Amino acid sequence: MTVLGMPYKLDRLRQGDLGAWPVVGGLIAIAVVFGSLNEHFLSPENLTNLVLQMAATGTIALGIIMVLLLGEIDLSAGSVSGLCAVVMTILSVRHGWNPVLAIVVAVLVGSAVGLLHGVMHTRLYMPSFVVTLAGLIGWQGLLIYLLGQGGTINLPFDGFIAGLSDTWLPPWLAWLLVAVLVGAYAAAGVITRRLRVAAGLPVKPSHWIALRIGGLAVLLAGAVVVLSADRGVPLLLVIFGALVIGLDLVLRHTAFGRWMYAVGGNAEAARRAGINVTRIRVLAFVLSSTLAAFGGILAASRLAAVNQSSGGSDILLMAIAAAVIGGTSLFGGRGRTYAALLGILVIQSITNGMLLLNVDSSVRFMVTAAVLALAVAIDSLARRGSAR
Amino acid sequence: MISATGITKRYGAVQALDGANLDLREGEVVALMGDNGAGKSTLVKTVSGVVIPDEGTITLDGRPAKITTPHDAQSLGISTVYQDLALCENLDVVANLFLGSERRRWSILNHIKMERATRDLLDQLDVRIRDIRVPVASLSGGQRQSVAIARALVGDPRVVILDEPTAALGVEQTAQVLDLIRRLRDRNLAVLVISHNLADVRAVSDRVVVLRLGRNAGEFVTADTSQEAIVAAITGAAA
Repeated sequence: MTVLGMPYKLDRLRQGDLGAWPVVGGLIAIAVVFGSLNEHFLSPENLTNLVLQMAATGTIALGIIMVLLLGEIDLSAGSVSGLCAVVMTILSVRHGWNPVLAIVVAVLVGSAVGLLHGVMHTRLYMPSFVVTLAGLIGWQGLLIYLLGQGGTINLPFDGFIAGLSDTWLPPWLAWLLVAVLVGAYAAAGVITRRLRVAAGLPVKPSHWIALRIGGLAVLLAGAVVVLSADRGVPLLLVIFGALVIGLDLVLRHTAFGRWMYAVGGNAEAARRAGINVTRIRVLAFVLSSTLAAFGGILAASRLAAVNQSSGGSDILLMAIAAAVIGGTSLFGGRGRTYAALLGILVIQSITNGMLLLNVDSSVRFMVTAAVLALAVAIDSLARRGSAR
Repeated sequence: MISATGITKRYGAVQALDGANLDLREGEVVALMGDNGAGKSTLVKTVSGVVIPDEGTITLDGRPAKITTPHDAQSLGISTVYQDLALCENLDVVANLFLGSERRRWSILNHIKMERATRDLLDQLDVRIRDIRVPVASLSGGQRQSVAIARALVGDPRVVILDEPTAALGVEQTAQVLDLIRRLRDRNLAVLVISHNLADVRAVSDRVVVLRLGRNAGEFVTADTSQEAIVAAITGAAA
């Protein structure tokens, strides 16, 4: 039995795969800098606000990752998120639909939009940049058309939809969730290790697994302690976290996920291996728009309203930046869903910290740009340095 | 075992193949040689289902075989390693070996079964890769060629076709790949190697088939044939 441990990890590092470490380092730096400049930044209340602010754009970034994995781009995610939020609001407020039904229909509208993009890309051979640029403009137009006169529709503050972003887990439920997550992670680690030993495959040393389980437990427990000191763990974080974890499991452990990476890495090789490349591409666009719809609904819930700028301004650009800062390659085939979580955490921390410091948004944009450039530069240099 | 007879293929005004024949037998390495434009690739593509011939028949074990798509060829046990290898550089060795034929249940991948099978296969072929869980991008050219060849064996084929397997390799890596081709023969596979390199062909093949201008221009038992005779057949100097 061979045991792989630290040397194995170091090998990966030498190959230029820095993983999430630069981003984590960046986050710590951001926390230290803003924490020392403003004592309020690291307070439970502000960290809770940070979590609430990042869920919607983070969900959209998750969708962006789905298309980036194929080496494509989705510029329409912002407009689609706004459009679907408007559809949901009109159905539930103007037509009095059940809010859950309105959400389901709005998400389905997002899926249909993604299907249209995917078909235009694969059947009409239009570059994804152009398809989704048309989407960016067109769906924004449809949004304004649907809103009509007035341009703003409020959601009832005490309604189900607004309640999504104003629901907090009671402490016992939050701790139960932590226990279940850590338990599931530990069980998966131990069972996989046993199965690998039984199959005669090399395994990592058991203290390595213990360390990872412990690390996860500390991280989650820390989050719950901090968030419980304020209003509790927000439901919004649970929704976003579930999407991140769920999609990561799908990408790494199902044939569909494997084929996503294959098509992103070498579409011709995937085609020759018998993979239906067209279907994978269409599904990626459907996933992207569906997640954008979901993100738009979360944003509407938090604002308790939709208006003409829903899904507009810098939401799309921040979502793409988050995916890239988190370590997703623009050339396809590389990246994990955790990139959305880490990337949006970086961007939202900067935004939030700058607002606390009363810095003008002009400075905020420039700092965010510098962080984006730095993240990509570190990644590129690490890879170049390792090139054979 | 597999025979292509009287294969003719015309692309517009170009007669790529004009009644070419090819026979492959189990446990034998056949080298297909010929100058550029002699029709080697077209002949191989008809066997691997990429090109449909205008005329001619392909028989497998004496029965006519209908090969109209690469998938037909694969299901008949004909596996092709293309010159560009068709590997996904971002995926690891295991993922590449089972690409498109992942071991799974209800779409959930069975990582352990695939990794075990990969290690067994690579051990049998004596292919040494230090860490099979790193992306293929970090492997050497010879290792990549080996991975591509190992992948061709995953579906338990009877015929393996290799298109210029040593074209891009250095001396030592070429030797590794030639060893690997011998081990394919030892597994009782029918192996067809397209090559330009006479030294490699003489080192590894049992039989040499030469094409010239779309027709058979000679067939030699490698061990009994001089290099000059093969060159003469390729260039047409003998006539």
